[in-house]
Amino acid sequence: MIDDPTASARRLGWQLAEVRDIVVETPRVKTFLMRVAGWPGHLPGQHVDIRLTADDGYQAQRSYSIASPPEDELIALTVVRLDDGEVSAYLHGELRRGDHFELRGPIGGYFVWSLSVGTPLQLIGGGSGVAPLMAMLRHRERRDEHGAAMLLYSSRSVEEIIYREEFEAMARRDRDVRIINTVTSRQPDGWRGYGRRIDKAMLAESCFPPKASPRSFICGPTPFVENAATLLVELGHDPLSIKTERFGPTGST
Amino acid sequence: MAESPVTRGFRSNRQGQAPSNRLPPGQYVTRDFPVLSAGPTPHIRLDDWSLTLQYEGTVLDSWNWTQFEALPQVSITTDIHCVTKWSKLDTIWEGVTFDELLRAAGLREAPAPYVMAHCEGGYTTNLAVDDLLDGKGAVVTRYAGSPIEPVHGGPARFFVPHLYFWKSAKWLRRLSFMETNKAGFWESAGYHIRGDPWKEERYDGD
Repeated sequence: MIDDPTASARRLGWQLAEVRDIVVETPRVKTFLMRVAGWPGHLPGQHVDIRLTADDGYQAQRSYSIASPPEDELIALTVVRLDDGEVSAYLHGELRRGDHFELRGPIGGYFVWSLSVGTPLQLIGGGSGVAPLMAMLRHRERRDEHGAAMLLYSSRSVEEIIYREEFEAMARRDRDVRIINTVTSRQPDGWRGYGRRIDKAMLAESCFPPKASPRSFICGPTPFVENAATLLVELGHDPLSIKTERFGPTGST
Repeated sequence: MAESPVTRGFRSNRQGQAPSNRLPPGQYVTRDFPVLSAGPTPHIRLDDWSLTLQYEGTVLDSWNWTQFEALPQVSITTDIHCVTKWSKLDTIWEGVTFDELLRAAGLREAPAPYVMAHCEGGYTTNLAVDDLLDGKGAVVTRYAGSPIEPVHGGPARFFVPHLYFWKSAKWLRRLSFMETNKAGFWESAGYHIRGDPWKEERYDGD
């Protein structure tokens, strides 16, 4: 059912990764740039597992999407600090350049995009769900022939837009990529993006028409992804062309 | 690496965790009910729903919603473990065991040693019959006393809680017996062919 070159029998072993740099993206989001010796390479959209070990042997594991393109030497992990998150709190509050933790990957052969998957590339992201989509956009920009792309990105406030400057620069450099922001709670004066949650009218205005057969990737909190995916299907997009990745609680059972 | 190095500055939270006989390695307890699906959620009308038991080209039996609801139902209280690391303890489900489906189809035993579960939208997952017999597998229609919401796999999902939860396929429509163990959807995309959380069989090669 899936014909994917990443589906191989190689064993995913744990490797020690070194923190080479830490970028403050927003008040609640940091990107950790990791050096992994012998990294086998990855596809945009894949993730890694990380494992932290305390001195009594206690361990915690989490999965994080890779935000960097396969062309980069360092692996970028963009992490939101959660109020009750033991791992994200450690990464944000304690981790320094030169520290190490265990990592294995890349993982996931489904929510991935490269040119061979097809274009145009249609990306819809909510909050930190933009991280794997950013890997796709960064990878796309490194290719000479890359087709059209769009990203509709929903954030709570302008301050919470991750990679904002890089997105603006990317859109200035390349007229074939459209970056469309919507900000759901507070819009500053002069804000020119959308100012509401993603709805059908916004998707109809922003997205490629179904007849362009875009490859759609939606990533964000569960209700966000449910909403956007349902609306895309209602707008006439083929459900099999829509790939989703959800995180967080559903809000109900 | 054989032994994990201590991560500088990372403090133990062993006290905050469930006892190790409840929590498989690498898992943490969540009180939410996270959702993971590969694509849009299908919304299936009960009138359009059926479950089919099949062996190669032959339909062994098929139940519409009313017929399925008339089969002997069981309540199952158990922990579930997702390969993405969360575990949820003491969840309560209701449905029909795999043993009961075989009985209802007039089968004294399974006609082949493996099963492919086929779902609305094309998702598949493979299981050994041994992982389904003796009450280990079921098709469930209720969670915590209410019909399972579409986002969690309603109207009916497979339920094999001793394996990672991707094996408990949402929106189940067809169980197809097979002589050899073929890989399903995630199993073809780098995930483990069986997925036992206690052996931490997350990915191919684990």
